[in-house]
Amino acid sequence: MYNFEFVKPSSVEEAIAALKEEDAQPLSGGQTLIPTMKQRLNQPSKLVSLLGIAELNGVSAEGSTVTIGGATPHAVVAADASAYPALAALASNIGDPAVRNRGTIGGSLANNDPAACYPAAALASGATIVTNSREIAADDYFQGMFTTALDEGEIITGVKFPVPEAANYQKFEQPASRFALTGVFVAKYADGVRVAVTGASNDGVFRWTEAEEALSGNFSADAISGLTVDASDMISDLHGTAEYRANLVKVLTGRAVAAC
Amino acid sequence: MKVTMTVNGKSMSGDAEGRTLLSTFLREELGLTGTHIGCDTSQCGACTVHVNGKQVKSCTMFAAEADGAEVATIEGQANADGSLNVIQQAFQDHHGLQCGFCTPGMVMAAASLLEQNPKPTEADIRHHLEGNICRCTGYHNIVKAILAASGQEVPAVAAE
Repeated sequence: MYNFEFVKPSSVEEAIAALKEEDAQPLSGGQTLIPTMKQRLNQPSKLVSLLGIAELNGVSAEGSTVTIGGATPHAVVAADASAYPALAALASNIGDPAVRNRGTIGGSLANNDPAACYPAAALASGATIVTNSREIAADDYFQGMFTTALDEGEIITGVKFPVPEAANYQKFEQPASRFALTGVFVAKYADGVRVAVTGASNDGVFRWTEAEEALSGNFSADAISGLTVDASDMISDLHGTAEYRANLVKVLTGRAVAAC
Repeated sequence: MKVTMTVNGKSMSGDAEGRTLLSTFLREELGLTGTHIGCDTSQCGACTVHVNGKQVKSCTMFAAEADGAEVATIEGQANADGSLNVIQQAFQDHHGLQCGFCTPGMVMAAASLLEQNPKPTEADIRHHLEGNICRCTGYHNIVKAILAASGQEVPAVAAE
């Protein structure tokens, strides 16, 4: 990999200042960034580690909101987010134990891999992405595969999740990468049900609004039995065709509702 | 830059560039070649070490990120008298290795599992080993070794 300068600031302000340099990039857990750099697909002049900033790490619960620091590793979310069990369960199944000790929620959301788990949780929960300069609603944050509302040099400092009445995440795992071949997160709130799908669409994570409407009226797996998912925008690759993924969306949504 | 870390209880220093991986630093700068680099793409887990008590893939972390950290590698696993520790001995007793290339990572992963979960089920063990790939044994004997290391009864034939 190309060489770069490594810095590890201890405050958000210092990190933002360091990121002003051209081609500087934030480094969180590095579980995607480092492999990408090894392949020379990415060539930062400077990496600004966010893991030395204490305020970015940890899980807190207040009232009906769970807040997770941007640089909190998946393993810590799995262990400490007991106030939102479906979220803790999702975190406990990302990658493998070593990846979960390094990879962070902010890194996952900033990367917005089309098959990552956290984007489904954030979108289905109507979470708020908190950055060093503003708060962004999940509905405005995800803007397509590997694309988000974040500006250059803007970092995720935390994510606020409203805790639902019931929720479940069903991940149909690609067994080699442990990413979601398709994953569906269903969250039931007093004002309606939200359904977010990852791993399936060429546009990245999306809400399956027809299912949300059906489930908001009748929260049972039967409520979606008459629906079909359009395969035309779905990912097709050697692991599964677009039609296969479209079918998985429906099957996994039913399973998630049944498990709620 | 100079990087200093406590490795297996001893303070050790060496030179690193920004891009120097922890695995490279351990092997080439500190001479600790027990940590193996299998795939170098963060999939195989042969390079698994513990950093501040947490299992990580040392090929997917920069040496500079471990500056000041406590690092544990396979070289520090044996008992003080040089005999194999309980996990290593169980791997030998249950034929948990053939070529041995993945073994340092397997042992470090097993140590991490048993620390969090002293009596894991077979399913717990298989789930925990998802990031460690072995191309010889087919995992059954590794799973048996870890069950044995936890002091539990080892079934004659592991399921699956």
